[in-house]
Amino acid sequence: MDLSNINPILLIASIMISATPILLAALGEMVVEKSGVLNLGVEGMMISGAVIGFIVAINTGAPLLGFATAAVAGAVLSLSFGILTQVLLSNQVATGLGLTLLGLGLSSLLGKPYEGMKAETLPKLDIPVLGDLPVVGRMLFSHDIMVYLSLALVVAVWAFLKYTRAGLILRAVGESHDSAHALGYKVVRVRLLAIMFGGACAGLGGAYLSLVRVPQWTEGMTAGAGWIALAIVVFASWRAGRVLIGAYLFGGITVLQLNLQAAGLTWGVQYLSMSPYLITILVLVFISSNRSRSNHDAPATLGRTFHATR
Amino acid sequence: MIRRTLLATAAAGLTLALGAPAMAQDDPTKACFVYVGPIGDGGWTYQHHQGALALQEEYGDAVEIAYQESVPEGADSERVITQMALSGCDIIFTTSFGYMDPTNNVAAKFPDVKFEHSTGYKREHPNVSTYNARFYEGRAVVGHIAGKMTETNKIGYIGSFPIPEVIMGINSYYHHAKLANPEVELVVTWAYTWFDPAKEADAARAMLDQGVDVITAHTDSTAPLAEIGKEDGSAWGFGQASDMAAFMTNEDGTPGPRIASIIDDWSPYYIKRVGQLMDGTYEQIDSWAGMPEGEVVIGEMNDAIPDDVKAEAEALIASIETGEYHPFTGPINKQDGSAWLAEGETAKDGTLLGMDFYIEGITGDIPN
Amino acid sequence: MIRLEKRPQPSKTWTVATPILAVVLTMIFGGIMFGLIGTSPVEAIRTIFWDPLFHPQFANFSRPQLLVKAGPLILIAIGLSIGFRAGIWNIGAEGQYIMGAIVGAAAGLALYPMESALILPLMIVAGALGGWAWAMIPGLLKVKFGTNEILVSLMLVYVAENILASVSSGVLRNPEGMGFPGSRNLAQWSSSQNLDLIPGTGMHLGVLSAFIAVILAYVLLTRHIQGFNIRLSGQAPRAAKFAGVAPARIILFCLGMAGALAGMAGLFEVTGPAGQVSIDFGSGYGFTAIIVAFLGRLHPVGILLAGLLMALTYIGGELAQLMLGVPGASIQLFQGMLLFFLLGVDVLTNYRVRFGAGEVA
Repeated sequence: MDLSNINPILLIASIMISATPILLAALGEMVVEKSGVLNLGVEGMMISGAVIGFIVAINTGAPLLGFATAAVAGAVLSLSFGILTQVLLSNQVATGLGLTLLGLGLSSLLGKPYEGMKAETLPKLDIPVLGDLPVVGRMLFSHDIMVYLSLALVVAVWAFLKYTRAGLILRAVGESHDSAHALGYKVVRVRLLAIMFGGACAGLGGAYLSLVRVPQWTEGMTAGAGWIALAIVVFASWRAGRVLIGAYLFGGITVLQLNLQAAGLTWGVQYLSMSPYLITILVLVFISSNRSRSNHDAPATLGRTFHATR
Repeated sequence: MIRRTLLATAAAGLTLALGAPAMAQDDPTKACFVYVGPIGDGGWTYQHHQGALALQEEYGDAVEIAYQESVPEGADSERVITQMALSGCDIIFTTSFGYMDPTNNVAAKFPDVKFEHSTGYKREHPNVSTYNARFYEGRAVVGHIAGKMTETNKIGYIGSFPIPEVIMGINSYYHHAKLANPEVELVVTWAYTWFDPAKEADAARAMLDQGVDVITAHTDSTAPLAEIGKEDGSAWGFGQASDMAAFMTNEDGTPGPRIASIIDDWSPYYIKRVGQLMDGTYEQIDSWAGMPEGEVVIGEMNDAIPDDVKAEAEALIASIETGEYHPFTGPINKQDGSAWLAEGETAKDGTLLGMDFYIEGITGDIPN
Repeated sequence: MIRLEKRPQPSKTWTVATPILAVVLTMIFGGIMFGLIGTSPVEAIRTIFWDPLFHPQFANFSRPQLLVKAGPLILIAIGLSIGFRAGIWNIGAEGQYIMGAIVGAAAGLALYPMESALILPLMIVAGALGGWAWAMIPGLLKVKFGTNEILVSLMLVYVAENILASVSSGVLRNPEGMGFPGSRNLAQWSSSQNLDLIPGTGMHLGVLSAFIAVILAYVLLTRHIQGFNIRLSGQAPRAAKFAGVAPARIILFCLGMAGALAGMAGLFEVTGPAGQVSIDFGSGYGFTAIIVAFLGRLHPVGILLAGLLMALTYIGGELAQLMLGVPGASIQLFQGMLLFFLLGVDVLTNYRVRFGAGEVA
């Protein structure tokens, strides 16, 4: 074993790319959950985004257009979940699982003609000055635009939830839909918007997989990334900054264990891959046992159906 | 008597489905295929389906094919295989290791139907045959190319699971790389999956970051090749299971990251077996064919490979195809230095099929 | 303006009519989908819904298979539904199912190759305990720290999947299996095999247990004080507290039972239809069972029917692939549609649709 073979600069650079899809999806899901809705269909929306983004990028030759369409597709698909759970008051857990089924089926039907093709991928940005810096240049400033967009989105979501009035309303709706309703806020409308934002983010995450990360379309290519995104939201205890940490940690552990293997470590690597989930559970226990803190971030109405009685 | 009606009904159903004008023959032979992945996986299942299509092409109306994709191993596969037998399939190819027990179970109930299980070893009934291909022959050729192509003297292998099939491939790949380049060092990473494009890409990336510059994969997707392609011509890889020709040449015309490939070509076997079934010479067998029979094929080498290396690879292919060279020919020692094959001795099939050791020179342990 | 008005009682008529409406809607939209991919819609729908039951060639085989496929779904869904009624959201049944199979199989394999009629019962108990213990983790965490059980149980699915992968290529690997991952075949070891009780009927112990679970759950929910407590905890948690129902006991009871039933389902599956512990053993029954529980409106009889309907779409879908050559993905999409319609029209059971402006401003 020779751990000196692992170059930390390259390791971090590749973690950033590896974590971007789950970061995007988890960020969207966090906003959805903040509004009090649990959408388990992230996997379905991600893979739909992956296929739609790929199809559009192939046909237009413009990967950015692919990303945009993938976001729209994710939002549209999530709207079906939104209508079912918010308007027709169906159970969110079951509907979310159904959404995953629907997304997986739909994506492989749509993607059939595009298997084995290669799409135009996003160029790496050539950031002047910063990109030429030693160490950090290669590590942080030589990525494609979506990596930076996802980081910007983390800041935007954080600022939105913390400082804007709309963010406050969203959190109020998630905290107590009845009180929010009594105050005159449109609970259903707020939640539908949050759900669509979540869908759009999941779509972007999926498109990042098919357009940058892998880059190709293959049936079932998300291979569980959507479920990891769900875990990250919990790990992050519903805070944008921690979603970033969570995504980089989850993505990082996969990359790290492969790097350790390549450096010659053969024992116990598969146990490393279950550690993020165990850490998530510990985090959950920690935040829930720390009730004394008034600032308890889990939305109180998560997963509950809301029906305005008057 | 009953079987005849069954056949007729099934045939009618299929004709309707395919929209064929009418049945061309009274009693076409029906060959059915159970796939573990989607046909569009671009690798393992895709190649089996190519074999099925070649079979159809070969015999035309005399053969009908039917298939089912993404069949989970275990309980579901047993039901699917039974339904195929009921639907009038004359011969059923089950194309994943996990179908081994289900195939034998169903075979017991349908003695008149022939069953062919791929990559397994159980033939509990006279109507069960097994077939596999000597992929390690292909690994030998790409191993030689890898040994010659590497600049860093570090070559990589993305393993799926530590099973004999994969270990055999690793040993063959390393042995021939070492023969071509004594300085070569092998890096193995286990993905613990057959198919997860993102993870496969990560595995390739991890090795590239550590200075590996030629990688072969034992997983199904093209993701490692795409990842290697990001190195802009300083690292190389191979198509696995299918040709993965999309990665042979870059858009600007320069040679792409896929410098050669190991292709699983099942069509000769499918054509042979169904042909035997039709002319009455069919017998139970345990087939383990390879490059001589055309079941393992090395895809076109691209121009990244220098001509002399190409020639050497061609010579190696020829010697394996004629049967004069066995990729595991001694002297080869085991990893711990103990003797395995003496000078000129070739490996026994039994040892290979249960291979659970690395050969001398490979560092690291086989995970358990 | 369309409004929904909650009914004082769920409508009896709509309880029966909504599933039918949903199936009809699925047939229409699914038919359009099949038409789009170039398959005759009538043929496809007939193959999925009719052929597994009545096709002269397949029905004798596929009717019992409906039971085999539905058995674990029903068994797991019954356990889940009781928790759901109490407002306890265990969505980690897949993990409990896997752990039940692993623990049960390990208990049996430890005695291999002994021959005894007691081994299978021992394995069943071990399987139930394995699932129970796995469900106790979110249970105890919820009781002790108030940790969200939805998320913990979901996380534990991934942990269970990792354990499954590791034991099937590690401690439980068949020593005679040529180094391939996967345990010995439990369905071929006479001490552990879980065969059809009456050959050819598909009625193995797991299916029988599922039927018994349906009956017991019905009795529990309608005739037993614990059933009342459970329903009360779900509908009016505060009232339940005043009535002296300890929430902790309800939580542990519901999660424990769901876990034990899922664990048993896993054990019956691994000793019967699946045959061995292997990396791909987790076939998603635990998640599908959540769907089944909701399709069955959390009612034992409803779950029985929903489990059978779900099994029908699986088996019919397989036949459609085989006979009509439709892609597997279209079946997945079809099932997704069915689920969405069933969930969507359920609103009519509990709510009245009113047109016009509301009388309360």
